[in-house]
Amino acid sequence: MTLNALIVACGWEPALVPDPEVEVSGAYVSDLLSDVMAHCPDGAVLITVQNHTNSVAVCTLVGAPAIVLVHNREIPEEMQAAASREGVALLRTTDDQFHAALRVGKALGIGVGE
Amino acid sequence: MSTSDSQPPVAPEKRSTLGETDNDPIVLLELIQRLKVRDVMTSNLVTVPRDATMQQAQELMRQKKISSVPVEEKGRLFGLVSIDDIIRALVAGTIHESCGRHMTTKLVVLEDDMPLSFALRYFDRYHYGRFPVINRDRQLVGIICHRDINRALLIELTQELHRLEGASLQKDGDDGSGSLYLLREFPICKYDFENAGKAANQIKQVLQEKKLPPKIIRRIAVAAYELEINLCVHSDGGVLSWQISNGRSEIVARDAGPGIEDVEWACRDGASTANEWIRSLGFGAGMGLVNVRRVSDEFDITSKKGSGTTVKSIIYIEDKAS
Repeated sequence: MTLNALIVACGWEPALVPDPEVEVSGAYVSDLLSDVMAHCPDGAVLITVQNHTNSVAVCTLVGAPAIVLVHNREIPEEMQAAASREGVALLRTTDDQFHAALRVGKALGIGVGE
Repeated sequence: MSTSDSQPPVAPEKRSTLGETDNDPIVLLELIQRLKVRDVMTSNLVTVPRDATMQQAQELMRQKKISSVPVEEKGRLFGLVSIDDIIRALVAGTIHESCGRHMTTKLVVLEDDMPLSFALRYFDRYHYGRFPVINRDRQLVGIICHRDINRALLIELTQELHRLEGASLQKDGDDGSGSLYLLREFPICKYDFENAGKAANQIKQVLQEKKLPPKIIRRIAVAAYELEINLCVHSDGGVLSWQISNGRSEIVARDAGPGIEDVEWACRDGASTANEWIRSLGFGAGMGLVNVRRVSDEFDITSKKGSGTTVKSIIYIEDKAS
């Protein structure tokens, strides 16, 4: 599914979407950046509370095309600038991590009937 | 040269002067040797002639917010009027008399081509707040105080930092065996979270340009990132060096302190000494070294409490059998 389609399906606020057509394969939920480095699959969106430049750095390294900030967390200017530079999308939702991930699962048909 | 009580003193407590001990950072020691007094001094001088009254000198000091004023004519230094001189003139009722009559004439002066280290020793020896600076022709060319030195060192250190950041060592080519040879070095500063991850990202970009397999790239990027973050979070600053030669990637993170007391414990999953602030940023989960070891074909760590830590991660990028 394209990122743009996922944003529409999940009702996320698109704060920055450098490439709406990038393919999304799933989601990874974590607030620990070493955990993201170790386990986040290539092509997954990162669902997190970590609203700073280091989350962008980690996504760049693991090939995550987007960060979904839960609880409508603010996006600091430096984070916006870093994400713009690195081509990482920034999305916001009022959901918590569980419900944000649930929406991705439904949209992508992951976990249904497993 | 001799001294006078009138040259304004600073607190006379004994303190160590920059450049006196082996513990000062090398970059600072080099700076205070390289910089000359003329590089640091204030050359935009406020002066009075000998026939100015002490009251005029006092008014000038008040307006310019300075605590002493050189008495000078056509570049020649005759003396210095300090706050002490002004107070003495007020008490003695000579405030309307000339500076030439009541100024301090026995001065300690510095020459403009002296190294800054020399000036620092003078500040320590004489406890004066400032020194007039003359050139080889004995002409007054400036005045130097602690604030000038602090400002100059801050500017120079900032420039040095930028130079180091921009001078990541790069050597590419052939190692003689016909295989890829790359070398990069990245200085990493303590708590510089703004730039954390940049070294790993650069390494990843180079590997992508060289079209290495994505799985290998990810392993090297994980090791580089975790070691970079470790330097940023736990060390007093260090260097991340990376080289590819003989079909393997070697990342070495080296710092000069503070060292790890129990290396075995530090390599356990979840072991961390990070504070709450670090953890709130998503770091310090105690997974860094575990991640590095997991992605490495060879892993080594040496550390000593009170000195430095060196971590090495080797990842094979070519089939060893080939």
